[in-house]
Amino acid sequence: MTLTERLREKISQAFYNHGLLCASYPIPIILFTGLCILACCYPLLKLPLPGTGPVEFSTPVKDYLPPPADSDHKQGEPSEHPDWYVGAPVAYIQQIYVKSSVSPWHKNLLAVDVFRSPLSRAFQLVEEIRNHVLRDSSGTKSLEEVCLQVTDLLPGLRKLRNLLPEHGCLLLSPGNFWQNDWERFHADPDIIGTIHQHEPKTLQTSATLKDLLFGVPGKYSGVSLYTRKRMASYTITLVFQHYHAKFLGSLRARLMLLHPSPNCSFRAESLVHVHFKEEIGIAELIPLVTTYIILFAYIYFSTRKIDMVKSKWGLALAAVVTVLSSLLMSVGLCTLFGLTPTLNGGEIFPYLVVVIGLENVLVLTKSVVSTPVDLEVKLRIAQGLSSESWSIMKNVATELGIILIGYFTLVPAIQEFCLFAVVGLVSDFFLQMLFFTTVLSIDIRRMELADLNKRLPPESCLPSAKPVGRPARYERQLAVRPSTPHTITLQPSSFRNLRLPKRLRVVYFLARTRLAQRLIMAGTVVWIGILVYTDPAGLRTYLAAQVTEQSPLGEGSLAPIPVPSGVLPASHPDPAFSIFPPDAPKLPENQTLPGQLPEHAGPADGVHDSRAPEVTWGPEDEELWRKLSFRHWPTLFSYYNVTLAKRYISLLPVIPVTLRLNPREALEGRHPQDGRSAWAPPGPLPAGLWETGPKGPAGAQAHGDVTLYKVAALGLAAGIVLVLLLLCLYRVLCPRNYGQPGGGPGRRRRGELPCDDYGYSPPETEIVPLVLRGHLMDIECLASDGMLLVSCCLAGHICVWDAQTGDCLTRIPRPGHRRDSGGGSAFEAQENWERLSDGGKTSPEEPGDSPPLRHRTQGPLPPSLFGDQPDLTCLIDTNFSVLPSASELTQPEPRHRVGCSRAQDSVGYDFSRLVQRVYQEEGLAAARMPSLRPPSPRPMLPQAPEDDGLSLEKGSPPLAWAPSAAGSIWSLELQGNLIVVGRSSGRLEVWDAIEGVLCCSSDEVSSGITALVFLDKRIVAARLNGSLDFFSLETHTSFSPLQFRGRGSSPSSSVYSSSNTVACHLTHTVPCAHQKPITALKAAAGRLVTGSQDHTLRVFRLEDSCCLFTLQGHSGAITTVYIDQTMVLASGGQDGAICLWDVLTGSRVSHMFAHRGDVTSLTCTTSCVISSGLDDLISIWDRSTGIKLYSIQQDLGCGASLGVISDNLLVTGGQGCVSFWDLNYGDLLQTVYLGKNSESQPARQILVLDNAAIVCNFGSELSLVYVPSVLEKLD
Amino acid sequence: MPRLHDHFWSCPCAGAARHLSPPRARSAPATRVGGMIAATRSVPAPGAPDAEPEPRSPRADAGSWHRHLVQRSLVLFSVGVVLALVLNLLQIQRNVTLFPDEVIATIFSSAWWVPPCCGTAAAVVGLLYPCIDSHLGEPHKFKREWASVMRCMAVFVGINHASAKLDFANNVQLSLTLAALSLGLWWTFDRSRSGLGLGITIAFLATLITQFLVYNGVYQYTSPDFLYIRSWLPCIFFSGGVTVGNIGRQLAMGVPEKPHSD
Repeated sequence: MTLTERLREKISQAFYNHGLLCASYPIPIILFTGLCILACCYPLLKLPLPGTGPVEFSTPVKDYLPPPADSDHKQGEPSEHPDWYVGAPVAYIQQIYVKSSVSPWHKNLLAVDVFRSPLSRAFQLVEEIRNHVLRDSSGTKSLEEVCLQVTDLLPGLRKLRNLLPEHGCLLLSPGNFWQNDWERFHADPDIIGTIHQHEPKTLQTSATLKDLLFGVPGKYSGVSLYTRKRMASYTITLVFQHYHAKFLGSLRARLMLLHPSPNCSFRAESLVHVHFKEEIGIAELIPLVTTYIILFAYIYFSTRKIDMVKSKWGLALAAVVTVLSSLLMSVGLCTLFGLTPTLNGGEIFPYLVVVIGLENVLVLTKSVVSTPVDLEVKLRIAQGLSSESWSIMKNVATELGIILIGYFTLVPAIQEFCLFAVVGLVSDFFLQMLFFTTVLSIDIRRMELADLNKRLPPESCLPSAKPVGRPARYERQLAVRPSTPHTITLQPSSFRNLRLPKRLRVVYFLARTRLAQRLIMAGTVVWIGILVYTDPAGLRTYLAAQVTEQSPLGEGSLAPIPVPSGVLPASHPDPAFSIFPPDAPKLPENQTLPGQLPEHAGPADGVHDSRAPEVTWGPEDEELWRKLSFRHWPTLFSYYNVTLAKRYISLLPVIPVTLRLNPREALEGRHPQDGRSAWAPPGPLPAGLWETGPKGPAGAQAHGDVTLYKVAALGLAAGIVLVLLLLCLYRVLCPRNYGQPGGGPGRRRRGELPCDDYGYSPPETEIVPLVLRGHLMDIECLASDGMLLVSCCLAGHICVWDAQTGDCLTRIPRPGHRRDSGGGSAFEAQENWERLSDGGKTSPEEPGDSPPLRHRTQGPLPPSLFGDQPDLTCLIDTNFSVLPSASELTQPEPRHRVGCSRAQDSVGYDFSRLVQRVYQEEGLAAARMPSLRPPSPRPMLPQAPEDDGLSLEKGSPPLAWAPSAAGSIWSLELQGNLIVVGRSSGRLEVWDAIEGVLCCSSDEVSSGITALVFLDKRIVAARLNGSLDFFSLETHTSFSPLQFRGRGSSPSSSVYSSSNTVACHLTHTVPCAHQKPITALKAAAGRLVTGSQDHTLRVFRLEDSCCLFTLQGHSGAITTVYIDQTMVLASGGQDGAICLWDVLTGSRVSHMFAHRGDVTSLTCTTSCVISSGLDDLISIWDRSTGIKLYSIQQDLGCGASLGVISDNLLVTGGQGCVSFWDLNYGDLLQTVYLGKNSESQPARQILVLDNAAIVCNFGSELSLVYVPSVLEKLD
Repeated sequence: MPRLHDHFWSCPCAGAARHLSPPRARSAPATRVGGMIAATRSVPAPGAPDAEPEPRSPRADAGSWHRHLVQRSLVLFSVGVVLALVLNLLQIQRNVTLFPDEVIATIFSSAWWVPPCCGTAAAVVGLLYPCIDSHLGEPHKFKREWASVMRCMAVFVGINHASAKLDFANNVQLSLTLAALSLGLWWTFDRSRSGLGLGITIAFLATLITQFLVYNGVYQYTSPDFLYIRSWLPCIFFSGGVTVGNIGRQLAMGVPEKPHSD
């Protein structure tokens, strides 16, 4: 017991407890873990998003000095400056922002005029700037001295050589498009073409040449034929090498003086420094991508190992989530404690994942999965955890150790990495223990349920085929494994899922979730919203107008909105006044500029109907550069092979310049081709001017509007067509009645029978049920083997029908009565004989055929010598005389019978026939069944009074015929052509179905037979006193009229074989199988299950009647039991509960509270359990999860009638009808009415035959319904 | 420590071929890394089905055995080439900022023979490991699964990444750190004496060859700081050897390990 071992034990114990906890309360624990994760990740919100975007920092202009190159002071005030704010910037950038408009706007101006003359002013401005010289006491300073001198462009940019400055100051303006040559500009017929000639054709996000030269985002420039702003703006960009405050100041003052901007409120008090991060090129990305590929391969190979669980993908996802959220938690926690991550997250992330790893998770899964399957889930989890606890702990400790070593390398980056990794490891451990374990437990639980259905019964498992890791279960099974393997054919699992084609499933899914509808609706709403918002007369305009009125800054922000001149009150009615605001000082220089006209030269005609927008300056103009692409400056500098990566530039406050031009200037600046090329006639022509002039701008505007409306209309039409199309598609593809109940435990009410919830009435079928009439009273028991159908009514008559044609083959009346149809003679003779023996008590050796109970009590007497009585009957009319010779005559019996019944000429004497006739009539009369009619087409014998004849003949008292004596039939089974009847008297009879002959019987126990099972040569009878009798049938031709067999525990088993072909032996008796009457009995797959009123179920092995399990779990008497070849066992009880059991281990798999009141019947398909209860509900449950899928409300009194035809076709009985349901979706497929008088009787019982016919007892009638059409539909 | 790589891996992006770097030796580590990647991709698909574990092979007929050998070496070779290229990129990316096109060009322009050398070295090492295992009679049992191999590869790339990106105070610290990392790699994924021995041998030989090449002028370091490069070369070689050995062993184990997933 070293320390290690003790530690180990402790750890494993702790893990065990923890596993129990996790598996017991999965949901709360998962919730708790989720909360923890969220809480730990909360600090991440404050973390700046990673990216390579530039970072800004502003300093006041006043007293600005470039920061010192050495970063001494950095330590001192770390918060004041960012780390990168060290040393001089790469460059200072001065933008001169020019806004210009032609005002007042005149009708006859063209769209080109908006920007042609403003652009022409750029040349003057550039000239002015270039020539600006600062003269002060220290001398003169020209632009050349302070600006950034650039050299050659990069070799790859030759085509830009003429456009970008080389070998000189870096000064950019739109004029560069024309090499700063005004003449060239003036001669250019197509300005826009020139400007856009270098625009990239494809979509490009980074800065284009136009952006670079204009210095404003493209849509702000106003250089477009379709602009409605009528204001052109551009910047002239100056790049300085050094910061020379005086020079800049003088430049600003001069420009402001020359071109005042009256309503400009720029404060111009801060410098903005923009720092650019390191750029990531492809070269850098490739290793990163490689790392990620390796990472994904790692995750793939890891998660592939997850096996033997219900949902591999689910668990793999959980594993990945565990790792990822532990990483997030680690970062979050580190941030919380003040550690700011400096490493590039994307780079170290894969390494972190790899270091933390998925190993523990996999180990956990493997260990849990390999625990014995038959344990409870809780215990499995706990065991799995504790068995791997030591290795997990060791692993974690080792990794922590390694990482701690790494921490002492004292390299800051590695230390940080290690810190993250340590926290990540710890939180990963936490998540593994809480989150993953819990998810695993849920998964295992699901698997248990699902697996139960597929699990092979032990008989079919060869020892070598044992799955690994489940040894314990088989050990346990070893004791009970039967010696003879029972072959069971399992449906291959692929078959189960194949029922529905894939595309149908998709369609069903769509239909169920109404995905298409919802998408269409959402799309429509969004679309309408967009329409409303963007419509020219719509919301946006209105909102904008609202904002305008309230904005104190005027309409600066509203410039883009076209406002009809009539809408807003004209603030400056006088055009002259608007051109020259009163407070603007007149500038002498302005007039010296070339090309400028006297300012008072108004428009030639004085007519202006649209007002040009006033040039306004808003606060957003001050930092217009922010709207540029953040790659703008790096791109510009990269042209000169200057990188901004990890460096910064300083942006000086913008200098605003306002240019106002009057129409005449605009006209004069016009190129002769403008008029022609644009859609307005040349301006100078007076005639054309006046006629078509108004069309110019208005035309452009109208054009724009028309386009917009066209687009809108087209879009609307397209949308409508699309919607209609989708609707049609939807209609075609989706069934009208999609299965709503599939979603939850919805209840489907079947009110008016043929009607669905949706008013959809299923097709009235052409199926005509075949009605089998012949019973006088209500039918009680039904049995079938596919070919034949046996029914038994309350009166005790047994009818045998051909299941295909519906013919009545045989009728076996109750022991006291004559058979009325073909086989009657034999029966009657039999009875005759009995009566004789009864009445006279002359024969102590009474045959066990059908005598009343009291004779049975004479058990100790030697069993009947005469096994073959029926034969005698047709031969002999005087029983007494023939009696001694009866035994000899046994052999040819069947022949005789046939002869007797059909031809009646073979052996019989004439008078025997007479006697029979008399018998029958008498019998009927005595039984007070006057209406009994022969249903079969066979030649009927006239009914003879039976009792009379008997009494006459034998003189025996009629008391022998009291109905109680024979006992009513309580149970009925049919196989081959043998009918097994269990009577309340405790008598077991085997009849030949075709012949209507009693083959053998056994009645040594007087306790009533409540249930019977007849499974290949084996008969099991459950009795009222709780005992079980196992019989075996032997077909033999031996002569022995009497067989006696005693066996083991059975006291004195007397077997009376009355026919030459069939003998029935009592092989075992389980005297006290249950304390109370056995109510349910089923057998399949070599197992026999009994359910009793003592609340327990027992499982027996059919071969040797050995009791394997006693299943306890119900709190009421068992009412119904289901077991099938796949060893699924389900039971329902009076407590309304349904239990699913594992027949292999005897453990309860699930327990569902199904009904209020008794569960009356129960059946299973491969995927569901169907139960019906006294509450007239039929509920369909998912077999693996035990979740209620839906339920069907039944008519009163037919709760128990249900049957499953195929895996997905359910039949239920109703008031005078049966209904077919699609089991998977709960759809009502068809309703078949059984008779005209549908109001009368509910269908009480439904029996499904092999050929998909259904028999339901419908009062005293049987109905045979073939369902081929339904089946076709399903397939 | 960016300088290291710059120097070592040569590849001036501006096109100035001042220094030809990759010595043959270096090919070994790079080879391995690349190889692993290739292995990840190619092995599952075509390589795996054919790759027969070497220990099992003696029984198999010679033809298929040879075929498997060839296939394995091909896989290893491609792994080596890819890793060489990728790690080379990792080293030169310092210089790369603005014009990726030219960078890509320089990768292939400088020392074309380096990737093939790396591939060959990877193939040799990857075949050598399982071979030695079988000769020593102690088949490698530790963590035989592709997930672990992937992990190992990721750690190897991580070591390279760290050596390329981190700034160390001095060479001693650098080499100590890298040595610790390499040993950690070996201990985590290998833990076999043969692996350790072979790794050390490879590291020694590769470093020697590199020096030899440099002395003969075939190959040049970019920086005069000779000690600096020398301090990390052996570690990289060692971990590369271990990694490629890991891949080789996994490849030698062949298919049976794989299909269990289904």
